[in-house]
Amino acid sequence: MKTDSQLRPGAPIMSYEMRVESEPQATVSEAEALSEGLVVRDLNAWYGSFQALREISLLVAPKHITAIIGPSGCGKSTLIRCFNRMHEVTPRARVSGQVLLRGEDIYAPGTDPVLVRQRVGMVFQKPNPFPTMSIFDNVAAGLRLNGFLVRRSQVAEAVERSLRQAALWEEVKDKTSRPATELSGGQQQRLCIARALAVEPEVILMDEPCSALDPVATLKIEDLMRELAREYTIVIVTHNMQQAARVSDHTAVMMMAEDRAGEMIEFGPTREVFTYPKDKRTEDYITGRFG
Amino acid sequence: MTRTALERQLTEIQEDMLVLANMVESAIERGIQALRNRDVELARQIIADDLKINRKRYDIEEKCLELVATQQPLASDLRTIIAVLYIIVDLERMGDHAEGIAKIALMLADEPPLKPYIDIPRMAQVAIGMLMGSLEAFKARDADRARSICDEDDEVDALYDQVYRELLTYMLQDPRTIQRATHLIWIAHNLERIADRATNICERVVYLVEGKVEELNVSKY
Amino acid sequence: MSGFAYRRRKIASIVVLGLCASSAFAAVGVLALILGFVLVNGISSLNLDFFTHMPTPLGEPGGGVANSIVGSLLIVGIAALLGIPAGVGAGVFLSEYASPRLGNVIRFTADVLTGVPSIVVGVFVYSMIVLKMGHFSALAAGIALAIIMLPIMARSSEEMLKLVPRSHREAALALGITRWRTILSVIIPAARRGLVTGGLLAVARAGGETAPLMFTALGNRFMSLSVTGGPIDALPMRIWRYGIGPYPEWHQQAWAASFVLVMMVFTISLTARLVLTRR
Repeated sequence: MKTDSQLRPGAPIMSYEMRVESEPQATVSEAEALSEGLVVRDLNAWYGSFQALREISLLVAPKHITAIIGPSGCGKSTLIRCFNRMHEVTPRARVSGQVLLRGEDIYAPGTDPVLVRQRVGMVFQKPNPFPTMSIFDNVAAGLRLNGFLVRRSQVAEAVERSLRQAALWEEVKDKTSRPATELSGGQQQRLCIARALAVEPEVILMDEPCSALDPVATLKIEDLMRELAREYTIVIVTHNMQQAARVSDHTAVMMMAEDRAGEMIEFGPTREVFTYPKDKRTEDYITGRFG
Repeated sequence: MTRTALERQLTEIQEDMLVLANMVESAIERGIQALRNRDVELARQIIADDLKINRKRYDIEEKCLELVATQQPLASDLRTIIAVLYIIVDLERMGDHAEGIAKIALMLADEPPLKPYIDIPRMAQVAIGMLMGSLEAFKARDADRARSICDEDDEVDALYDQVYRELLTYMLQDPRTIQRATHLIWIAHNLERIADRATNICERVVYLVEGKVEELNVSKY
Repeated sequence: MSGFAYRRRKIASIVVLGLCASSAFAAVGVLALILGFVLVNGISSLNLDFFTHMPTPLGEPGGGVANSIVGSLLIVGIAALLGIPAGVGAGVFLSEYASPRLGNVIRFTADVLTGVPSIVVGVFVYSMIVLKMGHFSALAAGIALAIIMLPIMARSSEEMLKLVPRSHREAALALGITRWRTILSVIIPAARRGLVTGGLLAVARAGGETAPLMFTALGNRFMSLSVTGGPIDALPMRIWRYGIGPYPEWHQQAWAASFVLVMMVFTISLTARLVLTRR
C-alpha cells in the first residue's frame, strides 16, 4: 500500500534499492560450463548397430535449468542417459565422444561408472520408489547402500534435509516409516527427487518427470525445480513445450534425421528459442506445424 | 500435425486487420474530400463511422486474446499476434486523426477556402500510400519494403513544413485569416501524425520478420 | 438368426463345455478320491501314539512312525539348506548376469535335469557319496533331494526375479549403487514373495520323493538324529516297507502314514498359495 508521502508529486515511484533479480544468462560461456557444469563434445551413441545419437555437442550451464526438447523417438532420453552412464546398462549399447563433468571426461578409460552416477543423479518418468521400503528407507537407500552413512542419527539428519529440499518434509514428517507406495503420484515423484538429492549429486537429470502426474502436481514439481536450480545443475527432458518454456533457462532442440539418428539442431537461451528460433525445423516443431 | 484451428484463427485476425486498415484509409480519403467539397453530410458520416473503427479494433483485440489463451502460440505465431495487437492500436489512432480532419472540415464548411488545396491533399496521398504500403509489407513479411516506406515520411514532414510556412505568411499578412489558417495547420498536423503512425507499423513489420526492434523513424532534429 | 444353425451351434457349445467341465471335475475328483481313500483306510491308526512312538516289533500292535517323521524332516531340512540357496543363486545368475546365449544353455541344462528320473539321481548319489562314506546317511539323502530341487528352484527364482520391474534396478543403479548391492537389497526383497513360494513348492515336491531315498537313506526301524551317521528312516520309505509287507497292521499304518505325508505336502502347498496372495 502506498502511503501519502509516496504519492506526493515529485516523490520517486520506484525505489532503486529494490533487489533486481539476477537475469538468467543470455548465453552459456564455455569456460563456465567447463569448470562447473557439463560439456558434451561430439557424442555418439549406439544400440548395437543402430546409431541413436550423432555428433551431439552441448553446453550445460551450472546452477541453471537446461531443457532438451524434440519429437518422440529423437533420442532425448538416450542423450541424458549418456550423462550418467546409464546408457551402457542396456546390453550392446555403446558411446563415443566426451562428456565433461567439471572438466573431467566421465567416459575416460578407467572411470568407474558407479562414481559417476553418485555425482549425477536421475529422476525417471514414472515415479519408482522401492516398494519394499518405507519413505525413510527410500530416501536413505543411496546413503546406506553406498556405505556413505551408517549411524542412525546422521542418516536421519540427511533424510530430513533431503525431504525438505524436495518440499515433501511437511507432508510426510509424521509418517516416514509408512511404505513409500502409500503416497500419491506427485508425492512419490518428490520422494524420488529427495532420494536422488540425499547422495548430494552435482547434476540432476530429469527424464520427463511430470508426464505421469496431474497438472497440480506438475506445477509443484516445476516450482521445486526452480528452487533446486539455485544449488544444482538441472537437465530436463520434456515433450511438453510449454513446460520447457516455463521452467528452463536454456533449451536444446533435437530432431530425428533420415536414418533415425538423433541430432541437435538448435541450442540457445529459452526465450530466444521460443520467440525467434534460428532453425526452420525448430520453428515448425515449436509451432506444431511439424510433420 | 498441422494446427488448423490456429491457422484459421490467425488468418482471420490478419484479414480483420486489413479490413480495419481499409476503413481507416477510407476515412482519410473521404475527409479530404469533405474538406474540398465543403460536404457537411460526408463529414458527419465520417465522424459517426469512427465508432465502427474503434469497435473493430476491440473486436480484433478480443480475438487475439482468445487465440493466446487457447492456442499458446510460440515463435513466429507469437510475434505475429503481438505485431497485430500493436498495429491495430496505431490504426485506431489514425482513425482518430481522420475523424479530427473531418471535424475541422465541418468547421471550415461555412466559409470559402482560404487558398486552393494542393499540399494538403498531397500529404494525404502520401500518408495513405504509406498506410497501405505498410500493411502490404506486413502481408508479404517484407522487412526491406517496410524500411523503404519509412523514407517516405521525410516527404510528409517536408510538406508539413511547407504548409506551415505558407499559412504563417497568410496569417501575418491578414489577421482575418488566422482562424481558417490554424484549422488548416491542424489538418496538416493530423496528416503528419498519420504518416508517423505508419512508420510505427513498419517497425512492427521489421520486428515480426527479423525478431528485433529497430528505430526507423529517426527525426532530423 | 436361422433356427437350425443356431441350435446346432448351441448344442456343440454345450457338448464342449460338458467335456471340459467333466475333465476338470475328474482332476479334482481324483485328488478328493486319494485323500478320501487314504483317510478312510488310515483313520483307525491315527492317534497320538502314531506320531510319537517308534515302530513296534513284528506282530505287536500299536506303535507309530515318529522316527519316519523326524527323518523326513531332517532329510528335507538338509535338502532345503543345500538346494534353496543354490537354486536362488542360479536364478539370480540367470536373471541378472548371464548373457542370452549362456542363459539359454543353463536353462536348457536345468530343464534336462528336471527330467532326470529321481531314481537315477538316487543311484548317482549312492555311488558318489554313500559308497565313498561307506554307509547310508541323512546327508546323502539330503544331497539327492537337493539335486532334484535345484533346477526347479533355479527356474522359478529366475522367473520371479524377472518379474521385478526394470525401473527398480534403474532407480538403484542411478543412485550409484553397485550391481550386487542392488540385487541383494532391492531386487531380492522385491521378489521375496515369489521366491518363498518357489522354495515351498520345491520342498513339497522333494519331500514326497521315494526312489532316491532307497539308495541313500535306506530306512531305519529306530530313531536316528545323526546327519552322517548311518541309515535314517523317512515317511515314503516307511509307507513302501509297510505297504509291501504281509501284515494287515502294517498296511493300516501305511495308509495312515500316507495320509500324514499327503497332508504335509498339502499344507506346504497351501502355505505357499497364501503367502503369494496375501502378503
